[in-house]
Formats: sequence, C-alpha cells, structure tokens
Amino acid sequence: MNRSKRRTGRRHPLATAALLALGLVFTGGAYAAFSTTTAQAEPSPTSQETIEEGGKLFQANCATCHGLEAQGTNEGPSLIGVGAAAVDFQVGTGRMPMQMQGPQAEQKPVQFTDEQIKQMAYYVASLGPGPDIPADSLVNGGGDAANGAELFRINCAMCHNVAGAGGALTEGKFAPPLTDVSGVHIYEAMVTGPQNMPVFNDLNITPEDKRDIITYLQYVQDNRSPGGFELGSLGPVAEGLFIWIFGLGAIVAITVWITAKSN
Amino acid sequence: MSTATTRAPQRRTFTAAASNYIDERTSVSTFVKELGRKAFPDHWSFLLGEVALFSFLVILITGTFLTFFFQASMAEVEYDGSYVPLKGVEMSVAMASTLDISFDLRGGLFVRQMHHWAALLFVAAIGLHMLRIFFTGAFRKPRELNWVIGFVMFILAMGEGFTGYSLPDDLLSGNGLRIIDGMIKGIPLIGTWTSFLLFGGEFPGTAIVGRLYTLHILLLPVILLALIALHLLFVVVHKHTQYAAPGRTQQNAVGPPILPIYAAKAGGFFFLVFGVLALIASLFTINPIWNYGPYDPSPVSAGTQPDWYIGFADGALRLIPPGWEFVLFDRTWSFNILVPLVGLGLFIATVLIYPFIEAWVTGDKREHHIVDRPRNNPTRTAIGAAGVTFYAVLWAAASSDIIATHFKLTMEGVIHSLQALLFLGPIVAYIVAKRVSIALQKKDREIVLHGYESGRIVKLPGGEFIEVHQPLDEYDRWKLVSYESYEPLMIRPNARGKITVGQRLRAGMSRWFFEDRIAPVTKGELEAAHHDHH
Repeated sequence: MNRSKRRTGRRHPLATAALLALGLVFTGGAYAAFSTTTAQAEPSPTSQETIEEGGKLFQANCATCHGLEAQGTNEGPSLIGVGAAAVDFQVGTGRMPMQMQGPQAEQKPVQFTDEQIKQMAYYVASLGPGPDIPADSLVNGGGDAANGAELFRINCAMCHNVAGAGGALTEGKFAPPLTDVSGVHIYEAMVTGPQNMPVFNDLNITPEDKRDIITYLQYVQDNRSPGGFELGSLGPVAEGLFIWIFGLGAIVAITVWITAKSN
Repeated sequence: MSTATTRAPQRRTFTAAASNYIDERTSVSTFVKELGRKAFPDHWSFLLGEVALFSFLVILITGTFLTFFFQASMAEVEYDGSYVPLKGVEMSVAMASTLDISFDLRGGLFVRQMHHWAALLFVAAIGLHMLRIFFTGAFRKPRELNWVIGFVMFILAMGEGFTGYSLPDDLLSGNGLRIIDGMIKGIPLIGTWTSFLLFGGEFPGTAIVGRLYTLHILLLPVILLALIALHLLFVVVHKHTQYAAPGRTQQNAVGPPILPIYAAKAGGFFFLVFGVLALIASLFTINPIWNYGPYDPSPVSAGTQPDWYIGFADGALRLIPPGWEFVLFDRTWSFNILVPLVGLGLFIATVLIYPFIEAWVTGDKREHHIVDRPRNNPTRTAIGAAGVTFYAVLWAAASSDIIATHFKLTMEGVIHSLQALLFLGPIVAYIVAKRVSIALQKKDREIVLHGYESGRIVKLPGGEFIEVHQPLDEYDRWKLVSYESYEPLMIRPNARGKITVGQRLRAGMSRWFFEDRIAPVTKGELEAAHHDHH
C-alpha cells in the first residue's frame, strides 16, 4: 500500500513518459488542426492566388495538348469558355490528363488533389465564362426520385441503360456506367457534355430536374435490387447467359448424378 | 395391386381393400401393370425432356399464382405502391399490378422471378433436348412425327415466352412489341392490316395486353398441354430409344422399370428442378421492371434485348446491312425485314422437316430404336454443327452492343465480324465436325482391332521393341462396332428404264452424306487382327 502510494503522482516512474506523450499529442494535434484548416480552406474562385496556382498546374500538366493559353492545339480542344465544371469533371474523374488517344478518354485514378483540381478549374473559368461547379443543394440527392427516373429514361437511358449500367456507342465509344459516379460529377457531365455526351443545358433540363435525376441515380446506387443479385443490370443477355451456364449447368449435373451407376 | 386382387390374401389389410375397391371400379391395375413395367433406359441425356416438362409444371404452378393478382388492363392509373422512384407516375394497370406483385404482395416477387427463370429454363431445356435427339438420330422412323410435335412445342414455347415478356407493359416489353409490330408492318400488302388487327388500331393501342394475356394463359398453354400429352403418349407407344450395348436390340428396351425405381427417381428429379429454380429465383433478379418503368413509345434503353430464345431473330435484324429499304410502285419495300423473316422461316422449316429429308436420302424404311453416337453419322453431325453455329451467330448478334462494351471492341467491328461469321462459321463448323467425327471413328476402329495402348514397351528376343496393346473386353467392343453405316445409293433406272431428276438428286445427296465413311469393324477383320496379334 505504502509503496504504491509513494509511486503515484509526479514521482511515478512513468510520469516522464506520460508528460512526453502529452506534449507530443498537443503538438501533433495542433499541427493536424492547423494543416486541416488550411486544406479545408476552399480555393476562392476569384482569388488571384488560386488562379495563379491553377495556371501553373495547367502549364505543367495540360498545356502540351491544350496550348499554353488554353487556346487549343491539334492535339486537344480550346478550353476557353468550358467553365470550371468541365475541368472539375474531367480531372476529378481521372479522365484528364489523358493517358492515350482513343475513341474517348478513359477513366483512371485521379491524378490531383481536390485543391489542385479546383485551382485548375478556376484558372480555366477565369479565361472565359462557362458552367460553374454546382452548388451542393443541387447534387445532394434531395429531389424527387420518381420525376428523376422518368427524365432519366427519356433523356439518358438510351445510352446509359435504364439502370445506369452503361451502353455501347458507335466506333468503340461508349456511355460509362453511372453506378459509382458522384452527384457533382453527374451534374457537371450534364451541363458540359464530356466526350460524346450531349450538353443538357438549363433550358433543356432545369437545375431542379437535374437534381431529381441525380436523386434517382443515387437511389439506384444506394439500394440494391430487391430481386437479388443484379447480374450487372444488363438485361436479358445476362439472364440468358446465366440460365444456360449456371441454371442448365446445374440441371445437367443433377441428371448425370441421378443416372450415375452406383459403384 | 393386381396380386392383391387375384390371390386371396391371408389378412385383408386396409391398403389391399382400398386398392381392390378402386381397381374393381376403374380397372386401373391393367394400366399400372402395363405402364409400370415399361423399361426406361438410363442415360443422363434422356432426362433433358423431363427437365423441360418439369420446368413447365413450375411455370404452371407459379403462373396460376400470378393470375390471381395480375390485371391485364391498359387503363391508366397513377402508381401508388411502395417503390419510391415510380410513385405518382402514370402507368397502365397491368404495369401497376405487376409492381404490386413485386413489392406489395408477400412472396410475389419470388414467384414472379421463379416464373420467369423457369420460362428461360423451359426453352433452354427444350433446346438441349432437341440437340440430343438430333445428334443421336433419335428422330428416325418411327419417331419423325414426334420430332415435328416437339419442334412445334419449341415454337409455341417461344410464343409463350414472348407473350409473357410483353404482359407487364414496361418499357422493355413495349420495345419488344414495337419490333414485332415493325416486322409485321414490313410484310408487303397484308402487313399494315395485320398490325392494326392485332393491336386493335394504331400501335400500341389499349387492347394488346388483354389479347396477349388470353394467348398467354389460355390458348398457348392448352395447346402445349395437349401436345405434351401426345408427345409422351408417343414415347410410350414407341418405347424409349437406347444406346447400343450387349443385350440391347431394336426390339427391346433395357433399363429399370418405371415402377418403382424410375418413377421414384423422376419424382425426386422434379423436386430437384423445382429446388434449383427456387434457389435461382430467390438469389438473382430477373426482368427488373421497376428499372424499366412504364411503357412510353419514345425511350429505348441501352441493352434492350429480347429474352434469349427470341435473340436469334433480333440478331438477324441487327445483322442486315443498311439501305435495304426502297420505294417501288408507291410502296415501301422493307427488305431489311423481309430477308430475316424469310431466312429464319426457311431455317425453321428445314429443322422441322429434317427427319423426312434424311429418311429420303438414306431410303431406309426400317425402325430405329438404337440411337447413334454422333460420330457414327459424320455428315448429320456436321450438318447439326453448322446449324448450331448459324443459330449461335444470330444469337450473339442480338447482344452485339454488350459484346462491344464488355470486350472493348467497336460496335461496327462486332457487327461486321458476325456478318462474315454467319456465312463462314457454318462452313468451318461443318468441315471441322465432319473431320473430328471421322477421326473419332478411326480411333474407335483402331481400338477395336488392336486394343488400348498400355504404355508397356517390350523388347522381343530379336531385338525389336513393341508396345503391348491391351485388348478390349467384349462388352466394350460391342458398343464400338454395333452401328450402321450406309453406302451411297447407286443410280438405277426405274421400271420404265429412265433415270429421273429426283433420283439423280437423291443419289447426289446420298453421296454427299455417305461418301466419307468408316465402316464398322466386321467379324472377319477382327479375327484377322487377332491372328497377327503379338
């Protein structure tokens, strides 16, 4: 008892270690808090610093094809007037910088941080007016899914498939699956028309209707098919392959088993 | 049962009394004695027809359940069920009731999915069953008519499937109907009239779902049931075919009797098929109409396809090159539709009458109850392989868009390759299948004459190395030598001393069929081979 009492308090053998740990936690915590606050500081669209940073990134990573002034070259189109939304979509989904020329830019791992993407986006936006990155209220899925589903079937499903599973276009081009695309990127794709996609401007489909479409797609993303595994949501082709390979395969295995001679 | 009635039993049990009571009033014992003692040869491929039958039973059971809740009306309602992304959407009562079955009826979605999966399995099992019949020559006399009945059932099954696919009045089914409507309208002269008759006016109208419903649950199932009964009756009358083996002749059927072994196996097999379908239906989505939404003539989804058994027709339409439509005599001539219609019609007709063609070519009027191994009739096998390839290319063409996206190809590349394959594929398949069959026959012949290679090398006293061949036992040899091989027919003048065109054609066909042949090993050859055996 005595011993243990003597060993408590600041004379405890572990006191130094505890003090050291405490100090480290405070310093580290303060540092972390400091660095996150800088990361969270959204690059301001209008600040000169953002645009300059974006310009530098652009010159280093995009200018080879799009030209030093984003005026376009034989390798890539002009980006004057495409707006921040186009850059945020193309770079934010990893399509740009493009890996190789092909029927269309393929998705790949995103090459830049959010901050860098925003800087480039605002740099491009500063070159000429164009669609902006949408407000959060339009892309958070708070709309009417039924209206969105109807609009999706009428305007989008012929390329993207009713369940957003994607589909084929001519000459090796394709409409990608929408099964894990964020609301912001869906919205940006609609207003900028990336790759072979047409532009759906605000007169075609109002921002509220776009929000509804995103709401529907997010419903499909979040809710698995009530009928079980979707088989890729590809429709009767997948179902037919399944019944021939697994259904009939299982049945034939059973017929062999039933008629097998006992050893 | 019959023993109970003839022999006075020591103690009259309830079973004996009951069966006696029934037998005295129905004479069922003669029937049971006759049918129960019928032998059913045992081979896995003989059960494929049963799979089709059992899937049909599952379809009847689940379909009956669905009729209690499905409403075949095209009246417009506002959907007010529990599926959120369709709430408040205008749709037909047919669609709304299908959604209610799926979301608001206990077990409804499971039964709906089981019905649809069973339908896919039904047609697939018929297809595999037909392939078995074809490649083993089980359609020969006396079974030609049963082949025709079976083939008609295959067509009816496709009709059943298509009408069922169209009933929910969702986007996918409407698109399918629109294609059928377009195909009908493409027929010259009667096309437009027929379409208006069918749809009760301009497509889609408000009548078609009700009409298809009558076809789907009344007319087609009744015809199918009648044909199934006839088909099975013929199986009983003809006896089942069997593979060649010692003790099996054209006059007998060797296998376990229907009662009790075979009936027990078949009964158990029904539950296995039922179980497999239930498992699939509970785990895998089929036809998610909630994704497709109600039918609206304007949207067509990517990946819009018919169910697999109509795929070949859809593929034929997709493979037609552009520009086959022109105006002549103030009429539009849609050869892009007529060519596939006529082409597929000819293909189907050829399959339907194939038994009669082959019977005419061989001139064989005997009954055949022992089926061929596919290799022992190389030309038939090759024709079958060519037909399967033709069908498979059309089938693949129906999924051209999915092939393009999933294998990262261009749509045009896929279509053009399939167009070429449609003509080249069957030729290649014909040649390959024929050569493989003949090679297998040669191998069989070699094995019969010289036995299996044992892998044991022996040095003879003279210094010669030989491999010891292990001779075949008699039972195995029987299977390899007992088949028939036709010789090409000779052209002979008829009674009037003339050689007719028909005869020349027949001789030509016969030469085509049987020119390349490997005759079965004869007794003499076998003895000679044994004689110089080491």
